[in-house]
Amino acid sequence: MSAPLLDVSDLRVSFATEEGVVKAVDGVSFDLRAGEILAIVGESGCGKSVTALTVMGLSRGPNATIEGSAMLSGVDLVTMDDEALHKVRAERVAMVFQDPMTALNPVYKVGDQIVEQIRAHEDISKEAARARAIEALRSVGIPNPGRRYDHYPHEFSGGMRQRAMIALALSLEPEVLIADEPTTALDVTIQAQILSLIERLNRDRGLAVILITHDLGVVAEVADRALVMYAGRVVEEGTLDDIFYDPQHPYTWGLLGSLTRIDQPRPRRLPLIPGAPPSLISPPQGCHFRPRCPHAFTKCPTTPPLEARLPDNPGHRDRCWLDSETKRARRVVEDRIGLVASAE
Amino acid sequence: MSARPDTAAFRDVADGSAPLVEVEHLVKYFPIKAGVLIDRTVDQVHAVDDVSFTLKAGETLGLVGESGCGKSTLCRTILRLEEPTRGVVRFEGRDITHLRRRSLRPMRSDVQMIFQDPYASLNPRKRVGQIIGDPMRIHGVESGAKRRQAIQQLLDRVGLSPEHYNRFPHEFSGGQRQRIGIARALALEPQLILADEPVSALDVSIQGQIINLLKDLQAERNLTYLFVAHNLGVVRHVSDRIAVMYLGKVVEVSPAEDLYTKPIHPYTVALLSAIPIPDPQENAAREPLVLEGDVPSPIDPPPACRFHTRCPRATEVCRRVEPPLVDYGNGHLAACHHPVNVAAQDIARARIAPESPLGAGSEMPTLDRGLPDLDEANTAPPPPGRP
Repeated sequence: MSAPLLDVSDLRVSFATEEGVVKAVDGVSFDLRAGEILAIVGESGCGKSVTALTVMGLSRGPNATIEGSAMLSGVDLVTMDDEALHKVRAERVAMVFQDPMTALNPVYKVGDQIVEQIRAHEDISKEAARARAIEALRSVGIPNPGRRYDHYPHEFSGGMRQRAMIALALSLEPEVLIADEPTTALDVTIQAQILSLIERLNRDRGLAVILITHDLGVVAEVADRALVMYAGRVVEEGTLDDIFYDPQHPYTWGLLGSLTRIDQPRPRRLPLIPGAPPSLISPPQGCHFRPRCPHAFTKCPTTPPLEARLPDNPGHRDRCWLDSETKRARRVVEDRIGLVASAE
Repeated sequence: MSARPDTAAFRDVADGSAPLVEVEHLVKYFPIKAGVLIDRTVDQVHAVDDVSFTLKAGETLGLVGESGCGKSTLCRTILRLEEPTRGVVRFEGRDITHLRRRSLRPMRSDVQMIFQDPYASLNPRKRVGQIIGDPMRIHGVESGAKRRQAIQQLLDRVGLSPEHYNRFPHEFSGGQRQRIGIARALALEPQLILADEPVSALDVSIQGQIINLLKDLQAERNLTYLFVAHNLGVVRHVSDRIAVMYLGKVVEVSPAEDLYTKPIHPYTVALLSAIPIPDPQENAAREPLVLEGDVPSPIDPPPACRFHTRCPRATEVCRRVEPPLVDYGNGHLAACHHPVNVAAQDIARARIAPESPLGAGSEMPTLDRGLPDLDEANTAPPPPGRP
């Protein structure tokens, strides 16, 4: 196995607010290998976006405390100074945001925004940059890129804007693309187009992708590996087969169980996860999922480390104290994976 | 239009009960104006274009479609929050399309709405008790201690605590806020609730809680729902029937399960096929049908069948003649010249439905050979649950 492209280790991000210190990211570690699509999945407030922003150096601020490291082939993005970080962004790591309506500047032409980025990083003529921008627009499947170059963002549809965002992100050919909920604001038929674009870029250019999403369907469609996050921590990490067919953490069971699936007979009631995620100002002691977990026991007030708990699969790690036999028995609810019975 | 049954046929005679809501050929165009001193209407947004359906008491009709297909406008027009351009809306047999504001009021207490965004739909400066109590105050239902008690019972029923009466919306999470919105919709004991994307803004683990609550309330109070969503997975769990809209038109209406096992309109097939299945092996096994391009502009929608610009099965007739809404039996209607998942005998039995748009042609659909076969695109048989 080759060395990881990006190695995030024990990342901790907290923000001082009027109500108290919010521990948004609480000890997140993972690595991203060359050419893979790694999904980070979790619900709102679980810290998945803050993790990504921190890797990009975008969560820095007077009220933020950042610890840990994010090594991109030997250099640490967390401690890097702003000037060096400026070079890394877009040239080596680029980001696409959820809302293509607000991420593009409405008063500049789409093409000019791409040219601006290229010329901020490289010393080339306007004409050459324009040609590169048109090529970038073409490569993400925007029809008629030469004419589209001169259009403003409002003249693009939602799907086209997200394509333009991806073209902008890839214009300097970075090694890593971080996509933060890139399809959440889009309709399903457009989502399918954008996902197949990301897959194609990954396959053709060997682009490594961190895909942040709340949708396990999207994960199943494009990712190679996945991290499941809950309340600032990674609770499970593994390949898609690990996560979908042999999930070890009760939160993952709950997520899988509460999905509405169109390919299976519908249950009479929708299974769910009882309760709501905890406050990140005063999270529960030990396992953060403990207050919502029907399987919690005496060991759970001590935080379980993220480690491989299955002897034959070192890549599959989780944070749950239950032994694997008990997990296998308890995760099957009404003949499928779930946390609690749907009948309540 | 000789073959068209008259509108009285809308009522389900066999059933004996008049539907709660009848929507007939409802049209809503928004004018686009230009001009400095004198407004001229230069164009129109065809938001809802000749939509008909009925809603029986106690049933849930799911309404799905992509953004801009007119599903929210349809809801708002039924409620008379928008004035219809043409068409008729009847509630309990009474035409409410042209009622004045004052005469509309009694109807308003029977029809309530739950909105998509629980952050924008609750007044941040009012307390929860006030928010839920306002409909009661306006309609003069209960007063004083009795009203307070009624509100606290509602809070308890939707899964909040009666002590939340004096709190402000910002003290609640998204899921809890949506529960407040539901309590407000229930305050006047309505018969019909229009739920406009009530769970789209919520996390999956919370969506289930809200959907189960809505289902329980329906069973308890015999509520009728018009449930709008863009997510076909969510709609399936609540609906008895589902209507699919595309660019202002209803393209398919079906009993809920049939839509997933036997979709007839190619657009429905594409919608289903675009939903990623949260199962890597299932995903790898199926051949998704990825639609090219974007939804056309509703200002200048394509002529005849509106889906023909993106449809893999479109032929010459789709560009010339608007397909009628055809009834394939069992309440399964679709408007397509080249339907999927139907056999020759289905077409022989099929009839043009009374809900069919007025401008549609009267040709029955045909089974053309040599068209792309979409039958396999999404409808793999349900696999056994994988423990």
